[in-house]
Amino acid sequence: MDLQIKHTEKNEQTIISLSGEIDAYTVTKLKETFSTTMNSEGKDVIVDLEEVTYMDSTGLGVFVSALKTAKENDGELKLVNVQDRVYRLFQITGLNEIMDVNKAAIRGVNE
Amino acid sequence: MEKFDFIEMTIPSKADYIGVVRLSLSGIANRIGFSFEDIEDLKVAVSEAITNAVTHAYDEEDKGEITIGFGVYDDRLEVMVADSGVSFNVDEVRRRVGPYEKSKPLEDIQEGGFGLFLIDALMDEVEIHDNSGIIIIMTKFINETGVDLDGDQISTTS
Repeated sequence: MDLQIKHTEKNEQTIISLSGEIDAYTVTKLKETFSTTMNSEGKDVIVDLEEVTYMDSTGLGVFVSALKTAKENDGELKLVNVQDRVYRLFQITGLNEIMDVNKAAIRGVNE
Repeated sequence: MEKFDFIEMTIPSKADYIGVVRLSLSGIANRIGFSFEDIEDLKVAVSEAITNAVTHAYDEEDKGEITIGFGVYDDRLEVMVADSGVSFNVDEVRRRVGPYEKSKPLEDIQEGGFGLFLIDALMDEVEIHDNSGIIIIMTKFINETGVDLDGDQISTTS
């Protein structure tokens, strides 16, 4: 019932690996992480959700606002390794149409 | 009236305890015989209802309580989330909610972004009653065939 956040810098990319549950309680921590990592120009942020076992609309909200920040700063936001159950929420809400959400890993994230 | 077991929990109106309710909910839904997928849907829907209550129900100085009731039937689970902080009598609540057309349609209640939308998408029946505090009553039926029946706007493609 907690959320672990690991944060690594690699070349021009920031990789945020999440593990645990994202709900109204744990989302505060995630918001802080995004607000400190996403404020520089042209940064690409990859969020690895492989270990996220539960997420609800509070998570969707944070990713939407992180995407807005990324766009404002000419950066990108990618979600990778999204579990089926979590991916389903992006599908139901249609957010998978506007966000880069991937069920599979992209190169270099899961070494 | 149809027989059912009723389980009630009261939590402080704080996000801290949403995870605790999810754990209890998993146990109850598992006992009824819901599939893993349905239990995950229930967890999201019930968490959304509690998140709404935590976010909207009270002003800062009086945080109050949220009451969650689980009606355990043979073929379904009925979950009520009430932000009045008052313990409720399930029959009384059902009477007050009355016929469906008297309840507010989901579209008219503009709270919490995707939250209510997800509740509606993930549960089979949803009623919202907002007289003295908001009460959300949501029902999910056990899908005995093992096929996803609640596919109103949900398609599962992979």
